[in-house]
Amino acid sequence: MSQKQEEENPAEETGEEKQDTQEKEGILPERAEEAKLKAKYPSLGQKPGGSDFLMKRLQKGQKYFDSGDYNMAKAKMKNKQLPSAGPDKSLVTGDHIPTPQDLPQRKSSLVTSKLAG
Amino acid sequence: MFPKFSLRSMFHGAGGGNDIQWCFSQVKGAVDDDVAEADIISTVEFNHSGELLATGDKGGRVVIFQQEQENKIQSHSRGEYNVYSTFQSHEPEFDYLKSLEIEEKINKIRWLPQKNAAQFLLSTNDKTIKLWKISERDKRPEGYNLKEEDGRYRDPTTVTTLRVPVFRPMDLMVEASPRRIFANAHTYHINSISINSDYETYLSADDLRINLWHLEITDRSFNIVDIKPANMEELTEVITAAEFHPNSCNTFVYSSSKGTIRLCDMRASALCDRHSKLFEEPEDPSNRSFFSEIISSISDVKFSHSGRYMMTRDYLSVKIWDLNMENRPVETYQVHEYLRSKLCSLYENDCIFDKFECCWNGSDSVVMTGSYNNFFRMFDRNTKRDITLEASRENNKPRTVLKPRKVCASGKRKKDEISVDSLDFNKKILHTAWHPKENIIAVATTNNLYIFQDKVN
Repeated sequence: MSQKQEEENPAEETGEEKQDTQEKEGILPERAEEAKLKAKYPSLGQKPGGSDFLMKRLQKGQKYFDSGDYNMAKAKMKNKQLPSAGPDKSLVTGDHIPTPQDLPQRKSSLVTSKLAG
Repeated sequence: MFPKFSLRSMFHGAGGGNDIQWCFSQVKGAVDDDVAEADIISTVEFNHSGELLATGDKGGRVVIFQQEQENKIQSHSRGEYNVYSTFQSHEPEFDYLKSLEIEEKINKIRWLPQKNAAQFLLSTNDKTIKLWKISERDKRPEGYNLKEEDGRYRDPTTVTTLRVPVFRPMDLMVEASPRRIFANAHTYHINSISINSDYETYLSADDLRINLWHLEITDRSFNIVDIKPANMEELTEVITAAEFHPNSCNTFVYSSSKGTIRLCDMRASALCDRHSKLFEEPEDPSNRSFFSEIISSISDVKFSHSGRYMMTRDYLSVKIWDLNMENRPVETYQVHEYLRSKLCSLYENDCIFDKFECCWNGSDSVVMTGSYNNFFRMFDRNTKRDITLEASRENNKPRTVLKPRKVCASGKRKKDEISVDSLDFNKKILHTAWHPKENIIAVATTNNLYIFQDKVN
């Protein structure tokens, strides 16, 4: 720790590393922020940056289509009129019967980029 | 005091320790505030000569700008960049089997060094890498015997004389064509591509694996790093960036979400799961907080041109590492330390996960990275001076020197300073690039590309 403070540029490593002033203030700014977060979301896990974040990151882009839901909804709708499009176009599971048209259309950008304009 | 390892810049040309005065040069893109998602710029890269500047966007499009030849008469500034070519690189896909949406967003563009008249670049989205050939056509054949000029075929019986078709000049046409498509090698999302100094192979890295490709071969790829645990519940870190060493064709590095960088030597073994060097700065456990790991996640790693150093970017700082010293960086620069007391709200609005990139100037004496409010920062490694500039249309008179900006962390705000709470966190500069030889920089705001040059007298 002491080596760090002897680095050439004393303006670096503020906040956490300014131990004297922080000790006087009692709480490091990061810890204060952490306390704020824990107050808002008490259920936030003990081990941050672990599996939860990473799994969320790995699953980016996942759109869930549940064939069970699909078939159940289809069965329910057998005697009723099929809805042309659900009220919520982004919904692709649950009672809503998704069709390829309902999946958020990811049309490619046929328009030329505005950077080239 | 620990001894300073930095290599004094040999070239005092580009950015060599003298105070550079940055001037606005050009801005590309729409003026209106209503930003279409497709227009969000996702990557910026100069080619090896600096003559070409490529951008990729969320809509899967690539736009290439070319620097015009310097006007000998009007030597106020270096040549301007004008549109050279634009094409749709990637299209959106939906993997119905895995319920996975594959974004067309271009994550990275990397240029190949020029070998012949054509230019080649690699562009990648989350799943597929493509090799594009950009070639010029400025002549066309005319005078066919069996075809009219408009392409219609002539009746051979009407041909009474023969002529030799000749090439005649035509308006320059720049064509982009996909020459190779490297697909189906990544289960997770590709974050980096890097061309080897052998100019024959390249690597592509996703969250858990790194693959080695040969530019000529698309149906095979070698896995060289695999950090996927047998049990996914044991997953603790992911790969965030990877790059080949600029000179040693056997060496590459990859960074992690835990703030470590691993250097691997491909000569050691086929699968480089065991690193040759591990770069990690020790952390005082008593300083640890909920945010520690998140803000230590490295969003970019770049070797210096010399190959002696590498730079990493984490949420709040830029660190320069000497490849010969693993236990701590040789230089650390604070980008926006004032955000440390805002981490709670930055976590809530997801900004804490923003992935900023960083870059070196041509002589490795200055490094640059982006921040919020359309601010970007430069750190001169020799003078230890840093500057904050803003990419804004308000300063868009050519040759106007940009005024340095300052953020007031707390207390009394001086005139011209901006307080932390007034910063616009939606205006982020994630992508910047520095011309390999000159003091010309390309800075991407959300949907605009700014080009700045140093003042030429």
